[in-house]
Amino acid sequence: MLSQHLAVLQVVVPLICAPLCALLPLAKPGNKLGNNLAWLLATLVSLTTFIIALLLTKEVSLHGVISYQLGGWAPPWGIEYRIDHLSVYVLLIVSAIASITMLAARKSVEQEIAHEKISLFYSAFLLCLTGLLGIVATGDAFNIFVFLEISSLSSYALIALGNNRKALTASYQYLIMGTIGATFILIGVGLLYMLTGTLNIVDLQARVPELLSSRTLHAAFAFFTVGISLKLALLPLHLWLPNAYAYAPSMITVFLSATATKVSLYVLFRFFFGLFSNEITFEEFQLDKILLPLSILAILIASSVAIFQDNIKRMLAYSSVAQIGYMTLGISLATKSGSIAGMLHLFNHALIKGGLFLAMACIVLRTGSVQLKNFAGLGKRMPWTMAAILLLGLSLIGVPSTAGFISKWYLLIAALEQNNWLAAAVIVGGSLLAIIYIWKIVEYAYLKSPIRQSDKYFNERIEAPLQMLIPLWLLVAANFYFGLKTSFSYGFAETAINNLFL
Amino acid sequence: MFADYYNYWVAIILMMLGFYIVISDANLIKKIIGLTIFQTSVFILFISMSKVEGGTAPILADGITTYSNPLPHVLILTAIVVGVATTALGLAITARIHREYGTIDENIIHAQDEEEYEDDDEAAS
Repeated sequence: MLSQHLAVLQVVVPLICAPLCALLPLAKPGNKLGNNLAWLLATLVSLTTFIIALLLTKEVSLHGVISYQLGGWAPPWGIEYRIDHLSVYVLLIVSAIASITMLAARKSVEQEIAHEKISLFYSAFLLCLTGLLGIVATGDAFNIFVFLEISSLSSYALIALGNNRKALTASYQYLIMGTIGATFILIGVGLLYMLTGTLNIVDLQARVPELLSSRTLHAAFAFFTVGISLKLALLPLHLWLPNAYAYAPSMITVFLSATATKVSLYVLFRFFFGLFSNEITFEEFQLDKILLPLSILAILIASSVAIFQDNIKRMLAYSSVAQIGYMTLGISLATKSGSIAGMLHLFNHALIKGGLFLAMACIVLRTGSVQLKNFAGLGKRMPWTMAAILLLGLSLIGVPSTAGFISKWYLLIAALEQNNWLAAAVIVGGSLLAIIYIWKIVEYAYLKSPIRQSDKYFNERIEAPLQMLIPLWLLVAANFYFGLKTSFSYGFAETAINNLFL
Repeated sequence: MFADYYNYWVAIILMMLGFYIVISDANLIKKIIGLTIFQTSVFILFISMSKVEGGTAPILADGITTYSNPLPHVLILTAIVVGVATTALGLAITARIHREYGTIDENIIHAQDEEEYEDDDEAAS
């Protein structure tokens, strides 16, 4: 009975629990018990969404697409939740990262967030999770816009909770750019509705091919491209991302870096290959012609800028912009294998960046800063955290047997299939640049001694608490597991793209 | 051309006005005003397309056969709520920026941030 409603429970459970979370410590705002209860609820809800995503995965791989009619209204009149291989793949990664984040969050949040705001923090987190899961679950174009705004509004609020006052300006900048992006998507949806009279994505796909000569359709496509690119932080539109990630509370950076841009990439897949089709996107609108140079520039420029950052969270944020370039590079090859590789990198990069930012959260908890100079001697002081950074760094670079290697390998093959030597060179070159910035951290942590060596405090071991180390090492293990065994990560991406492409 | 499509012209002119304010003005509150105008123009685009010539309000009644399309109104009600939330959040952040920086001029905030970056470097070294 309950299993029929899994598709909608995926979204409704965190939505209902979000206000509950805010209400928990109402008797006495800021009391410790209430805050801990809020954390417990948020953790349980995240784990529940993960379990629901697992059940949906099983259901989809056994019986194919799940279509859920909200309120019993048949599509295309009512809103349809539509779960296919592509959605399940992204649902899994989003809910898994949410669970890991929440398991690790308690101490870091207690330290970074004012006590009377902690329950509100968890409540906003659950809203953000609701939005991200909703975007992926729904099969309705307007619904995607609404969920996009739910997740964005809560993430603006979460970013603004950062300790540094620059978090406020970062959040403001993200709010302006994010709203413009979402409004562009809304214009695109409006133009399509004007042309076809429907908002259901499956229904739209059937109607779009007849309208190819319409200029309105071209305008809609253009608005979608710019709107999604803004949300995705594709290179010239990435300006909101580095500061937002650098100054957000540590745990929010972990969550957003591994999910928010990934879900935007999902929207790109859904709109350009699900709503339009790959033939229309590449042959009629030639998206690859603009996506390819931008992706190449994203990889080269963002990786180079990352090298010169002294704030490591900012460095990793720029690295994220570069890695998004890898994903769009895969898509811009205009082949199935390219898109599969892009999809696979979405999955693997979420594991890598989630882990790296979680390690940053451990370092902020113990030392209070992520300036590069602060890393001196950390190899001895926080051995487990630094070892995790080293291993995740190897995965980011793409050393064999790690998850990062798998996705770059498939990207490389996809590029060579097209005889696109430039793209292949950029993929390898980007990895070389990654070596430089990861090496900077490793060099400071392992080869330099602490700044004030005589001071006894600076030689003390200050390893992060187990509650954070275990989730961190889970992610490290996942990086190696998916580096050695690709049957799920590659196999599922392959089925997803095969079903999506005509 | 202009007369037939005047609703689109209104939407586009408002859209560009709002967008220009967002980009060009350094005052954070004026930026939010621009953003609101920008969003409102999209609402008008949606609402105006739902009008059917000669159609009446979509309520079943005897002797009426043509109705305007109610769906865009419903969509835009949701979008207006989203817009209000965005404006409220934007203004709340602006108020906190004013408390922290003592100004809502983007250029001055930028200059203060730059100084701080230099301080960061000195403090770290």
